[in-house]
Amino acid sequence: MLRVQNLQVRYGAIAAVKGISLTIERGTIATLLGTNGAGKTTTLRTISGLIKAAGGTIHFGDRDITNKPCHEIVAMGIAQAPEGRMIFSNLTVKENLRMGAYLRKDRAEIQRDLDFAFSIFPRLKERMKQPGGTLSGGEQQMLAISRALMARPGLLMLDEPSLGIAPILVKTIFDKIVEINRELGMTILLVEQNAHLALQIAHYAYVIETGQMVIEGKASEIAKNEDVRKAYLGET
Amino acid sequence: MKTYSSKLYLFVAILTSLLVSFFQDEINPYYFQIIIYIGINIILATSLNLINGFAGQFSLGHAGFMSLGAYTASLVSSTLHASSGNPVDILILPLALLLGGAVAALAGLLVGIPTLRLKGDYLAITTLGFGEIIRVVIQNLNFLGGARGFTGIPKLANFFWVFSVVSIVVFAISNLINSTYGKGFLAVRDDEIAAQAMGINTTKYKVIAFITGAFFAGIAGGLYAHFISYINPQQFSFIKSIEIVVMVIIGGMGSTVGVIIAAIVLTILPEALRGIAEYRMVIYSLMLVVIMISRPQGLFGKSFRLKELVAKFRRPPMSA
Amino acid sequence: MSELLQQIINGISLGSIYALIAIGYTMVYGVLRFINFAHGDVFMIGGFVGYYAAPHIMPLVGGSVILAGPIVLLLAMTVCSILGVTIEKLAYKPLRFRPKLTILITAIGISLFLEFGGQLLFGPDPKSFPTLIPSTTLIDSQNLILTTTPVIVIGTAIILIVLLRFIVQNTKMGTAMRAVSFNQQAASLMGININTVISFTFVLGSSLAAAGGILYGTLYPSINPLMGIFPGLKAFISAVLGGIGNIPGAALGGLIIGMTETFVTGYLSPTYRDAIAFGILILILLFKPSGILGRYEAEKV
Repeated sequence: MLRVQNLQVRYGAIAAVKGISLTIERGTIATLLGTNGAGKTTTLRTISGLIKAAGGTIHFGDRDITNKPCHEIVAMGIAQAPEGRMIFSNLTVKENLRMGAYLRKDRAEIQRDLDFAFSIFPRLKERMKQPGGTLSGGEQQMLAISRALMARPGLLMLDEPSLGIAPILVKTIFDKIVEINRELGMTILLVEQNAHLALQIAHYAYVIETGQMVIEGKASEIAKNEDVRKAYLGET
Repeated sequence: MKTYSSKLYLFVAILTSLLVSFFQDEINPYYFQIIIYIGINIILATSLNLINGFAGQFSLGHAGFMSLGAYTASLVSSTLHASSGNPVDILILPLALLLGGAVAALAGLLVGIPTLRLKGDYLAITTLGFGEIIRVVIQNLNFLGGARGFTGIPKLANFFWVFSVVSIVVFAISNLINSTYGKGFLAVRDDEIAAQAMGINTTKYKVIAFITGAFFAGIAGGLYAHFISYINPQQFSFIKSIEIVVMVIIGGMGSTVGVIIAAIVLTILPEALRGIAEYRMVIYSLMLVVIMISRPQGLFGKSFRLKELVAKFRRPPMSA
Repeated sequence: MSELLQQIINGISLGSIYALIAIGYTMVYGVLRFINFAHGDVFMIGGFVGYYAAPHIMPLVGGSVILAGPIVLLLAMTVCSILGVTIEKLAYKPLRFRPKLTILITAIGISLFLEFGGQLLFGPDPKSFPTLIPSTTLIDSQNLILTTTPVIVIGTAIILIVLLRFIVQNTKMGTAMRAVSFNQQAASLMGININTVISFTFVLGSSLAAAGGILYGTLYPSINPLMGIFPGLKAFISAVLGGIGNIPGAALGGLIIGMTETFVTGYLSPTYRDAIAFGILILILLFKPSGILGRYEAEKV
């Protein structure tokens, strides 16, 4: 579904991503792991078109989306719940969700998706009319994921959904990610620092370090490989 | 060695001004007037360049400082000129200019203080506001002639005074820029946050830039008043400020030589274009937009500084 | 007492025009974070579109007052929308990622170009604005004279501001505008085309400024190519006073500046009229830079 080949990204003279390749199969959850500064967020932002790639290609389905403008990539079906959640604090929860469906015109279907979002995250329904900025970190993450879902994407990318969130909510959010994958058959690319959690729910995993792919494989196998976990995932 | 030679340049420049002033009556009065305006505009543009180009504080109020200097100096000289005999006459203009500059510098201090917290757009419009307030206040002061203007200013400014001041301003600003203060200015301009982090007192540099720039603008105003002998508040509206800004931008912010060239060209150009005078501002404004889009560092770039030009003209040292 | 009432009516009339212009400043600032210096000149162009269009429109509608006014208004709003979007595309868009100073200077350049280009095109002399709506007297007591003109000016301004508020708060494009003003990257991730939103912002702002130009011509029936300078600056000050980026704030700021100016002119001295707004600006920037309704946002460098 998504095929990234030899992707390179530079910030000025500094190479942040040095030729990584990854593939995600339809309907699966893939996770991209690595320590802080490994190049995970940069990769996601480049797939979304927020940053220009310096080399390599990105294909979505059979289309080359490399360096297309962000809004066109969203239109082709890639949505992202970005790092730091980036909720529109000045918009209400409902308006945030409606912005997620910005490119869609099918009112009835939008309403159905809104109801679905409220059904998996009932808290959002309670807070529907509140400004996004008044939500807690966990609630904002729920909103960010729901907002990305509102685009009815072919691929959902989640950037560190566990970051800065109360542990009890992290569990809920990861359960919901699995639910979204199963119920909707949603293809998901999950970027995480919390490898332990991510490997539990993902089907396939990629590990990058300083912009390079160091290992890839079935999530269950990587989870078993203690050496990998110690060397690259900061576990002891 | 460096200071020695730049002092020599200054001395030669002032001496030349004095020599030329002996022959100023020989020059066609129309050309002479343009030459004097060139001098005054160089003072205005290089002093604004200190604020805009070197300290990076965008000011649209330079005409306000100029008018303070013009009015103060005119008041001083009209009072003294009438009451004193001729022997001390030669001292009246320098005294008037210095007081004019001092009042303008004081205003520069007042404007400099709010710049502690204002940046970019806000600073520009605030300085514009200061300039306009000064203008409106002068319009309402009867002892300065109000809206009718100040008449009968003694015609004391000549080639010598104008170009001595030009030499001094260029000398002072070049020296300031090459001093440790200059490094501070550039640091504030290029990256204020980094400068603060390095312990540079950014506020101090901004205020110094405003005071120095305003002082010289005040002197330019004094010279202007004592050359045309009649001033009114309308001559110092923000259109005048914008004209000076255009000189700085086209010359290249932070480039002393570039700004001097721009001041010369932009003083002569309107005269040369007299036949199509109504197009002047249209051409100016389009130039401004085109330069900003295609060459935001100005026509003469950032690195083109007086020191380098002088270095080019200086012979390379003989090698043994 | 009646004189006070008269001054209040004058103040609100002037203030509602400032409010219309101020909203354009504040919206562009909200989305692009820079002062569109040329905005006051778009207001001036709006006035001139009315000046040139009215004599042609009048016969077309058979001199019908009810039709002529709104048609001229809409025409001016359309022309200025196109002008605003063109300015943005040609001059501001190429500079979007450059230092703000560069954009500011460009905006000043565009402003001067419109002013002096206007002098060439329209002639520098003041022109008397055609009567779109004949003024009839509503109240004529000993001390208070109320004509239809201020009522129409204030009424039109209120209708337009309410309409704008509806667009910004309740439509998809308006919501997208607010989203872009909060976080451009997040907005892109929603599939919002930032350029479209920016153009839309210029359409809204410029059309309100154009309406301001028509109302100004109606209120003070004389227009000239430099007439945008001071109303533009004062409207900008209104936007800062209300809290830049805040639309109700801009409207409120416009009213305050309009009232203050009218009162200073009426009770103090007309010569201080143009200085008072700058005095307010300096005070507000020194003591409450976030404005009355705004939140303070440290500038990102």
